[in-house]
Amino acid sequence: MTHSNPTRSVLRYAAIGLYVAFALFPLYWLLKIAITPDKLIYTTGTAFLPSAFTLDNFVSVIFLTDFLVYFKNSLLVSGGTAIFTTLVATSAGYAFSRFSFRGKAIIIAAMLITQMFPLLMIIAPIYKIMAGLKLLDSLWGLIIVYTAFNVPFATFLMQSFFDGIPKDLEDAAMIDGCTRFQALRKVVFPLTLPGLAATLGFIFTAAWSELLFALMLINSNDKMTFPVGLKTFVSKFAVDWGQMMAAGTLALIPSCLFFILIQRFLVKGLTAGAVKG
Amino acid sequence: MTFVSSTSPGQGRGRILNWFKWAIEPYIYLSPAILLIALVMLVPLVIGTSYAFQAISLLNPFESGWVGFANFEKLLADRFFWKALGNTFWWTLGSLFFQFFLGLGLALLLNKPFRGRGIVQGLVFLPWAVPAFLSGLNWAWLYNPIIGPIPHWLTALGLMSEPSNILADPNLAMIGPITANVWFGIPFFAITLLAALQSIPKDLYEAAAIDGASAWQSFIKITIPFLAPTIAITVMLRTIWIANFADLIYIMTGGGPANSTHIISSYIFTTAFRRLDFGYASTLAVALLLLLLAYALIILQMRKRLIKGF
Repeated sequence: MTHSNPTRSVLRYAAIGLYVAFALFPLYWLLKIAITPDKLIYTTGTAFLPSAFTLDNFVSVIFLTDFLVYFKNSLLVSGGTAIFTTLVATSAGYAFSRFSFRGKAIIIAAMLITQMFPLLMIIAPIYKIMAGLKLLDSLWGLIIVYTAFNVPFATFLMQSFFDGIPKDLEDAAMIDGCTRFQALRKVVFPLTLPGLAATLGFIFTAAWSELLFALMLINSNDKMTFPVGLKTFVSKFAVDWGQMMAAGTLALIPSCLFFILIQRFLVKGLTAGAVKG
Repeated sequence: MTFVSSTSPGQGRGRILNWFKWAIEPYIYLSPAILLIALVMLVPLVIGTSYAFQAISLLNPFESGWVGFANFEKLLADRFFWKALGNTFWWTLGSLFFQFFLGLGLALLLNKPFRGRGIVQGLVFLPWAVPAFLSGLNWAWLYNPIIGPIPHWLTALGLMSEPSNILADPNLAMIGPITANVWFGIPFFAITLLAALQSIPKDLYEAAAIDGASAWQSFIKITIPFLAPTIAITVMLRTIWIANFADLIYIMTGGGPANSTHIISSYIFTTAFRRLDFGYASTLAVALLLLLLAYALIILQMRKRLIKGF
């Protein structure tokens, strides 16, 4: 489109370089402090390159702190939330995509409302309700709350995936004698697998990052999820810089793995959505 | 089919089946979602709103009951509320401004093919995958003079007399969470705007170039009008989302020093979590909800005017 002008392309690459540096520098720093030996942090802590290399911080975080407990709790909560949310949202998204029925508009409106109000508005009532149900300080309590929080968004997501599958496919299967549920299971379900995977991943990372409700609802150390555990760790041992950053680096792994898997589809998926509607 | 009398048993069963199909079946698929959302979100929303008119403090269990608008009177007289309201404004505006313009710049850069674009895209979008609490901790560490480089850079540039932590300075502390939020939020705008950019038909630019339009003219006449709907929606949703987003502030400053960095949502959380004053926390939440509603109504009204204007 534009003529390739050398000054302009140098500027472009410089701008791109700045963006990459800004995006990566904090993460680089996290890793750098994590691999610097503790006794050097105060002398060379702010030097750009690590002065020595050690994995001691990672070893002591994993084996001497409750890191593995937090990690396990977070895996259970995020995994449970992702699975339950996806099940519930798939079925609801299917209903929105394939049926027109009385009350549909009201239900969609109610779901949209849940996306608009400040979630902190319900932190006090949730605490009291969970206390009444004896679900305070329980991972199940967190899974239930997170599932409900994520169902509306996941439902709209799944609905858009179902909308992308031609209805004729199921109709043909139903004419051939399948019940609707069989058609769903044998024809539609295999086609939505990529959508299901994306939804699972989104919900998993959302639950993995949640901090405030987990702080409110969990108080014993052996039930803490990762954000709560790390926050407690930071307030208690505010000088173990190397260990804190090692823990932070480890906490990044699940979200980054997922992100690397989906990022190529991210823009494509949104482009398809934009063109359609 | 139409000749069969409607009283025939087959037709009757068919009608029941049809009725089942159209009225009941969707609700079977929907019922888990409806139950969950109603019980965990909508019912607590109603209860939470009622808390705003009660005294409910777990630290004073004997002084509970309906108090009418007393909590709202307390709110109007609460100096920290007004401070938090001002902070909410600057926090939202500052974060949104930089997220949007830096995100737009990034989207425009990524929209043209160049060598290594796939890798660059993966790298610059990475902050979006970092959990919010971790971006908060990460940036708090970067601002810490003991282990972070930023205070030393600022000193070297002459902006600071000696390396100190801006998060401990009531006048500057807000900059910390805003930087973290900008870092974390640029990818969101870049991703949505890049998607919108890629949906603009390429022939439009070719036609404009043939007609002698400059790059700047095509940007103003083609790119901006095509992006406008996406921009309007994302900016509105993002404003609400950022105004509600308390995690970074809670992690980085905890609202301090001396309550100077609380936004309304972090103030709500502290009131509920630290002071266990559920009544007042809900009053603050209702106030925030009303503000956001007013904002959304104004934006929608403006959008209507704009559309009529064309």
